[in-house]
Amino acid sequence: MARSASSRRKLGMTLFAWAIGILIFFPVLWTVLTSFKTEAEAIASPPSFLLFDWTLENYVEVQERSNYFRHFWNSVVISLGSTVLGLVIAIPAAWSMAFVPAKRTKDVLMWMLSTKMLPPVGVLIPIYLIFRNLGLLDTVGGLVIVLMLINLPIIIWMLFTYFREIPGEILEAARMDGAGLKAEIIHVLTPMAVPGIASTMLLNIILAWNEAFWTLNLTAAKAAPLTAFIASYSSPEGLFYAKLSAASTMAIAPILILGWFSQKQLVRGLTFGAVK
Amino acid sequence: MGHISLRQITKSFGDVDVIRPLDLEIRDGEFIVFVGPSGCGKSTLLRLIAGLEDVSSGTIEIDGRDATEVPPAKRGLAMVFQSYALYPHMSVRKNIAFPLKMAGLDKAEIERRVTDAARVLNLSDYLDRRPGQLSGGQRQRVAIGRAIVREPAAFLFDEPLSNLDAALRVNMRLEISELHNSLETTMIYVTHDQIEAMTMADRIVVLQAGRIEQVGTPLELYAQPRNLFVAGFIGSPKMNFIEGAEAKKHDAHTLGIRPEHMALSTTDGAWKGKVSVSEHLGSDTFLHVQTEGLGTLTARADGEFPVRHGDTVWLTPQTDKLHRFDAEGLALR
Ligand SMILES: Nc1ncnc2c1ncn2[C@@H]1O[C@H](COP(=O)(O)OP(=O)(O)O)[C@@H](O)[C@H]1O
Ligand SMILES: [Mg+2]
Repeated sequence: MARSASSRRKLGMTLFAWAIGILIFFPVLWTVLTSFKTEAEAIASPPSFLLFDWTLENYVEVQERSNYFRHFWNSVVISLGSTVLGLVIAIPAAWSMAFVPAKRTKDVLMWMLSTKMLPPVGVLIPIYLIFRNLGLLDTVGGLVIVLMLINLPIIIWMLFTYFREIPGEILEAARMDGAGLKAEIIHVLTPMAVPGIASTMLLNIILAWNEAFWTLNLTAAKAAPLTAFIASYSSPEGLFYAKLSAASTMAIAPILILGWFSQKQLVRGLTFGAVK
Repeated sequence: MGHISLRQITKSFGDVDVIRPLDLEIRDGEFIVFVGPSGCGKSTLLRLIAGLEDVSSGTIEIDGRDATEVPPAKRGLAMVFQSYALYPHMSVRKNIAFPLKMAGLDKAEIERRVTDAARVLNLSDYLDRRPGQLSGGQRQRVAIGRAIVREPAAFLFDEPLSNLDAALRVNMRLEISELHNSLETTMIYVTHDQIEAMTMADRIVVLQAGRIEQVGTPLELYAQPRNLFVAGFIGSPKMNFIEGAEAKKHDAHTLGIRPEHMALSTTDGAWKGKVSVSEHLGSDTFLHVQTEGLGTLTARADGEFPVRHGDTVWLTPQTDKLHRFDAEGLALR
């Protein structure tokens, strides 16, 4: 009796999880499907789900009208650049806060997080003016810096949480075993910290890749990444659903593929504290 | 060699004095146990010796050399932590080899020593596993293996058995004692368990609130506790304490008598009482006796002593086993 009740419960949970999963995935699926329709079919009502004339013309046209690869390359440089730069700053910061905390460390961490609570639009004008005066508007370098700063609090928080999970006794054991600071960092700390750093890096690449507020507002043509590439298809002359979908599909494909292959590392990273 | 001298060492965290001025000589080859209630400063004292904490004042000498400012890596001591503190990303073999690698030994010598240690500790079949794939007892052995390979001047153990279940704890206790007998290296062992202290130590250091209450062999502490604290801490079940008129009769403020030092009778004796609880362990019976005017006393009888809850019994202390204490709690001799 009890067993069937619990298996029914499990079934319920499974169905619920699937429902949520489909709910989240459906817009992505719909976008991909729409990208293979003609503009007329894309706005047809009632919409057709799979039974339409599949076509690649949107992709051809999108590639003719705008340079996908230039935007793609900008996205790569911006997301990788801001992530690497962020890690360079965040690793020592998180390190010292985790291993040699001071009285105000908690406050500093809270302060960093609090900057994420400010709506970005609140600092748009000052940042825009700073960028204009420094000649950083529409430059890849400028975006690398802004996105690094935007995500820095999250990087530091994530790394801090990972580093704190490394038991102090293991570092002390290394010291007792005759390891100096250098050997301790090379043989013990780094191997234990690498999984956490890798997950942080992946997550941050994804965040930077998808960031749309600053990338849209601070670029025009030269430095525009894929977000701007998508946005260019919602133009004042009218919406082109099918082409917009094709552009979106091309923009999200690289990051979806990256996410797919690093799934294990991402999940492991995000549940690090939970599965000791 | 492993002769360690502590001279007037103190340790404060902020304005909390955790170790009060403390002197101690630990002889070469000795098995010394720091025992005391939780929070009394045992771990701190061990970590001071290890160099993982800096002393606030005083000096530490290891084999005649001032080691007070020497970093832990250079003191030549090995430590076994309560959490084992194994390197989770290394195999058992690499864990045990790590201190040898740090010492810069050549590959063949490392391999030889690791193999030896693994054989002694029954770890030969597990050398290629990760610590995460081992049981608690095996992890404990790896931690010990990592400590013994480099032939340190002394071993430091911080409550190494407290994460093991009771049966395993008894086994490991024996194994560590055997290890000490065969290595003849100084061992400093921290525990809050007075039974571990009594069974393993050459000498016991009883600590309370950062102070040494008494240093001595297990039997010295048992037979001649210096004060009420040591008298109550060493021995199981605890010594009975009696105050008031009965103590006055013996010119003492407090009288102490161990449960095993009273004769029991169902017919006559010195102190009369009623049995409130009787615990039959088979080999022994422990009686909690509600006496007239002396409070509740614990007494040990042999396994077959025929009493039950509510029975009347008489207790007669062995006069030469009475402990007398003054108003400050110090033993009167
Ligand atoms: N790093 C520290 N900072 C502040 N107080 C500490 C620190 N380490 C230990 N203490 C305090 O010192 C006292 C003794 O601790 P410890 O040596 O761990 O006791 P024991 O090992 O005997 O249980 C405790 O009151 C503890 O709170
Ligand atoms: Mg302790």
